[in-house]
Amino acid sequence: MKRVGVFVCHCGSNIAAVVDCERVAKEAAKFPGVAFSIDNKYMCSDPGQDLIKKAVEEHHLDRIVVASCTPRMHEPVFRRATENAGINPYLFAMTNIREHVSWIHTDREKATEKAIDLVRMAVAKVLHTVPLEKSSIPITKRALVIGGGIAGMQAALDIADNGNPVVLVEREPTIGGKMPMLDKTFPSLDCSACICTPKMASTDQHPNITIYTHSEVERVDGYIGNFQVTIRQKAKYVDHKICTGCGLCETKCPNKKIPNSFEAGMGNRTAIYKAFPQAVPNKPIIDAANCRKLTKDKCGVCAKVCPTGAIKYDDQDELITIDVGAIVMATGYDLFPWKEAYGEYGYGKYPDVITGLQFERLVNASGPTSGHILRPSDGKEPKTIVFIKCVGSRDDVKGKAYCSRTCCMYTAKHAHQAVDKIEDSHVIVFYMDVRTAGKGYEEFYQRTVEDGVHYVRGRVSKIYQLGDKLIVRGEDTLLGEAVQVNADLVVLATAMVPSAGSGEIAHIVGFSTDKDGFYQEAHPKLRPLETFTAGVFLAGACQGPKDIPDTAAQGSGAAAKASAVLSNRSMETDPLISQVNDAVCAGCGVCVGICPYRAIELKEITQRAGGKTIARRVASINSGLCQGCGACVAACRSGALDLKGFTNQQIMAEVDALCL
Amino acid sequence: MSVKSSDAQEAWEPKILAFCCNWCSYAGADLAGLNRTQQPPNVRIIRVPCSGRVDPQFIMRAFQDGVDGVLVAGCHPGDCHYSTGNFFARRRFLLFQRIFDYIGIDPGRLQNRWISGAEGDKFAATVSKVTEDIRALGPNRKLRDEHE
Repeated sequence: MKRVGVFVCHCGSNIAAVVDCERVAKEAAKFPGVAFSIDNKYMCSDPGQDLIKKAVEEHHLDRIVVASCTPRMHEPVFRRATENAGINPYLFAMTNIREHVSWIHTDREKATEKAIDLVRMAVAKVLHTVPLEKSSIPITKRALVIGGGIAGMQAALDIADNGNPVVLVEREPTIGGKMPMLDKTFPSLDCSACICTPKMASTDQHPNITIYTHSEVERVDGYIGNFQVTIRQKAKYVDHKICTGCGLCETKCPNKKIPNSFEAGMGNRTAIYKAFPQAVPNKPIIDAANCRKLTKDKCGVCAKVCPTGAIKYDDQDELITIDVGAIVMATGYDLFPWKEAYGEYGYGKYPDVITGLQFERLVNASGPTSGHILRPSDGKEPKTIVFIKCVGSRDDVKGKAYCSRTCCMYTAKHAHQAVDKIEDSHVIVFYMDVRTAGKGYEEFYQRTVEDGVHYVRGRVSKIYQLGDKLIVRGEDTLLGEAVQVNADLVVLATAMVPSAGSGEIAHIVGFSTDKDGFYQEAHPKLRPLETFTAGVFLAGACQGPKDIPDTAAQGSGAAAKASAVLSNRSMETDPLISQVNDAVCAGCGVCVGICPYRAIELKEITQRAGGKTIARRVASINSGLCQGCGACVAACRSGALDLKGFTNQQIMAEVDALCL
Repeated sequence: MSVKSSDAQEAWEPKILAFCCNWCSYAGADLAGLNRTQQPPNVRIIRVPCSGRVDPQFIMRAFQDGVDGVLVAGCHPGDCHYSTGNFFARRRFLLFQRIFDYIGIDPGRLQNRWISGAEGDKFAATVSKVTEDIRALGPNRKLRDEHE
């Protein structure tokens, strides 16, 4: 005889305010199989969990039902409580009467009825549970970090410092990401490159870190602890083992007019190039699309001048396969493509309307103008500079609904730099709100205002060229007046968007993105570094717009998470996976094709039938690979497959219980 | 069969069963709760790991038991936690629609929606819409087993 205990939680007043918990418990006592039922103020608290233990002892219970919040939150807690009470943790069912009842209904009578229905369904389900045991799988002690910006470097360094090998994959020819492009960092005005390039060097030199630049992750198979990753090392056309990085090839390459993405289009580079002088690895690659040798079979100058013979025009892409136990995603951000959306700002046809990142290159001593702010059109020093914030951010119609978080601060920094570097300058910032949440940020903004930067609250409606001036028309909403500025340079604070291709790589690794394309964290408050895919963690702006300190913190956080996975030799796996009834399986193999994890294969078994030994094929589940989705179960023609914890019998019992 | 009084007709409330996948739709329902988005109390949710787990026999049994409508909700196509499960759910749903049409049951009694874990509002709106749809269709008389 099965003896079920039902525990109904009040969750303070969260549930009890709408649901009559006492009545639910009383009704539950009448359900078949229920030997004990009670309501309690907080089931998840220690006294609540002790209540389960005591009731099991006193009433000899062998199955537990808890009606409380979502099982996505506290199922592990109550499973543990069940186990502590001496019952197999899988002889337990949980039903959600908070998120699915009390929080969405106000009618007490109907809400209570619904809660009773849900408890009845859970009791029916738990009657059909059987004890399950966890199994364990080995863990590969190596991590993969995708993206070599500040988030990826921080994560790689921290995991490596923890003593585990790390493979860092970067799409660009150098690691570093966006941070080395910046001039100064707010609010301390540290030189960005001076704090970033040492980090790049230590990442490169760390004995536990292997870097693949100019590479992309092409395929990820497996699961937490046992991912198999295929990396495509794109052809570099330069043998980095031989190349000394002397740079002679770059000086001799005749094709010098290729816009350099590192300079945000403000400067040019050659076809054989290093993105910038401190690039890591500090060796060039050939941009195949722009190389005369590779496109037209002419030139070949770099091979002639190279003192070590490192140029390899016949270089091919290479596929590298590695096993890793955990993955950190750090794919970063790109800037919102404002030229496609903002016709009133000229769709990019005015050369003196630039983005904040381009401004960074203009003020940067290593940039194309050696740090002198000169406007792109005629190379003159601009006197009147207009900054426009929220270009693409907080604008549902043209861009994104969200705030990009960093623009208020970097615009304040830019405005400060403009005032600092240009004598008699006139700097105007058009803003919607000034948001300076961060240590020392508000002080920095106030200092910028004291510097003489003129903040105008309002949007800019139009920019057009008149002579060598840009006419900026907007509104000062505090004065309620139209404003016109004759500017020399306009800088747009464009929104942060997920980096190009981030959706594809999310698909390859196997986790989801949010409505804006940023990576979806497992819980917005409590699990911000995890994805719903076990063993895959998030760092930096790929998860949402972030500034450098937050990004570095998240990089370290994700590294801690990944290191925790790698710290064990093996890990326990959930036993809620498929099982085969060999006696019924016809060996048709439909499930083999359906399984997304290649967890099912046909194996041969021998059995005795009619006095003879016969061999036949049946499906067999690899418990390490099966993730328990149940697609095979619903597809099985002979009903030989079933999903432990969600068996056909259990779900049928739930369905029936609903309609009693 | 006795004709029910008009009072009984008014008292009838649709009973709807929803199969929600653990990763998207169930999370969407949780988010609707978290946001305190009010919904009609007619839907009972059964949590399944994936919409691809929903065996057609569960749906048939529910209708035989007297449920008035069934909702199968999963991750958006392409976003399945198990990569392909919801495609199987979609295929089964389309077949079901044709079978229902063929045997003379309004296909609207079985509904299929894609709701992500971030779409609490969509979940609540879906519950309201499905409840209204099933209310308009009236009680399920044809498919239910006659126990009485």
